[in-house]
Amino acid sequence: MTAHGHVAISCIDLRKQFVLRHTRSLKEALVWLVKGRKGDLSKKFLALKDVSLEVKQGETVALMGLNGSGKSTLLKLISGVLQPDGGTVRTRGRVAGLIEVGAGFHHDLSGRDNVYLNGAILGMSEKQIDEKFDSIVEFSEIGEFIDTEVKFYSSGMYLRLAFSIAVHTDPEVFLIDEILAVGDEPFQRKCIAKIKELSGMGKTLFVVSHDLDLVATVCERGVLLEHGEIVMDGDVHEVVGELRRRSTVQ
Amino acid sequence: MASQVDQLVKPGSGRGLLDVYGDRFLLKLLVRKEIKVRYRGSVLGLMWSYVKPLVQFLIYFVALGIFLNLQRGTPNYAIYLFSGIVLVNFFTESLSNATRSIVDNRDLIRKIYLPRELFPVATVWVSAVHFLPQLLVLVGACLIVGWTPSVLQLAAVVLIFLMVAVLGTGLGLLFGAVNVYFRDSENIVEMIVMVVTWASPVLYLWTMVQEAMGQWFWIYQLNPMTVAVEVFHWAFWEPTLKADQLVADATPPGLLTLWLPVATLITLAVLFVGQLTFRRLAVHFAQEL
Repeated sequence: MTAHGHVAISCIDLRKQFVLRHTRSLKEALVWLVKGRKGDLSKKFLALKDVSLEVKQGETVALMGLNGSGKSTLLKLISGVLQPDGGTVRTRGRVAGLIEVGAGFHHDLSGRDNVYLNGAILGMSEKQIDEKFDSIVEFSEIGEFIDTEVKFYSSGMYLRLAFSIAVHTDPEVFLIDEILAVGDEPFQRKCIAKIKELSGMGKTLFVVSHDLDLVATVCERGVLLEHGEIVMDGDVHEVVGELRRRSTVQ
Repeated sequence: MASQVDQLVKPGSGRGLLDVYGDRFLLKLLVRKEIKVRYRGSVLGLMWSYVKPLVQFLIYFVALGIFLNLQRGTPNYAIYLFSGIVLVNFFTESLSNATRSIVDNRDLIRKIYLPRELFPVATVWVSAVHFLPQLLVLVGACLIVGWTPSVLQLAAVVLIFLMVAVLGTGLGLLFGAVNVYFRDSENIVEMIVMVVTWASPVLYLWTMVQEAMGQWFWIYQLNPMTVAVEVFHWAFWEPTLKADQLVADATPPGLLTLWLPVATLITLAVLFVGQLTFRRLAVHFAQEL
């Protein structure tokens, strides 16, 4: 495939600002307007400050940083859930976010219905799901429980099914947010093997995780975010070392 | 697919309702989910969409038809009443569910990018699924009392169904999007729902309004739901009347030639404004929810 060829994700001067709005009612907003807009109706918070980043097709990138450094925000901008306040983000090919697996699950539906619903939500067509249904069930190890309502699943079964659907969506770019810690250890190993297989197929991976040892084995490149700015971008082992050093100093 | 791979695109910038058309499969699944979930654990299931309007109909029929004796001046008052009720129910259910649809699906909207118009549109479809059995009951009742509609009248029924669906979608997009920022929107819609049954000639006759409003009657006619209910009366109620029961003023003058086109235009304008507002506000849904 096109190993390290075209640009898969391009971020230029990305800025994202969150408004911590306090009011949720028209009355308060009107009173504020009538009073001559005195005081701040809202508080602002800059989550990303002019982040520029380019990821080539087939690259495996680990996005690291402490809590609140803007990792998830950047991931959501790339997936299109959030829109930037400044700068541009562009992607090539289909992007699938393995962001919080199971977001599209409905507890009162059977596993089978959820495979279809969640697969469609992640952008699969009816034909694709039909074709991959057996493979999804097999990978998830759900077996005969596939026609049981999801609310009766154990948390492990739930996550396994969700993860299985997500890895079967077959996009060009995978965004992965803290989902590698899925299920028990054998299943986790299976997930990591699957993710490595995907990267071997030339898929672009963009991983957010606090599990530094794990990302170091899955990814080649590391990007370190701190307070919404990229402070380091390079070989994953060096970046992991830098993050460890910074954490111990603080 | 290969051509898509060749270009960089901005994620999360959709084409509004056009994207919903492209995502018909997901829309179908969302509608099916909604129906399954709504009646989970209930014995009657979808039968509830017959029971509720029937009870509502009985209340109105007893209170207005018998106690206030509206049925004396209106032959086949039951048909008159029911044809209005089912249509207004379709509208109110579409609107109130579409208004809540964005906030109700916040878990999904915050995490995965989808054309957000899917959610209000799906709720209108669900309402349509509830509306169709009621329509069948209405047709059955009409046939019993000798309904002889013309082709034009049947075509009008289809047109009105589409018009009310579009009106519900348009207003649902508008109030659903505003609801993300100001939860007052739900209360405003509750008020609209309360008013709409009485702001159209569902329970009474349009002639009573004309007597009261005089030259200002045209304001009453500007409400697309009023026109929709009147056309339903023309299509369902009027063809059930026998020759000696026929009234000259069953429908307002110019209903089909003037008011139906006006109502269609207003409905399309509402859809346009709704979609425009929705698109502007949808940009920040994920962070505001």
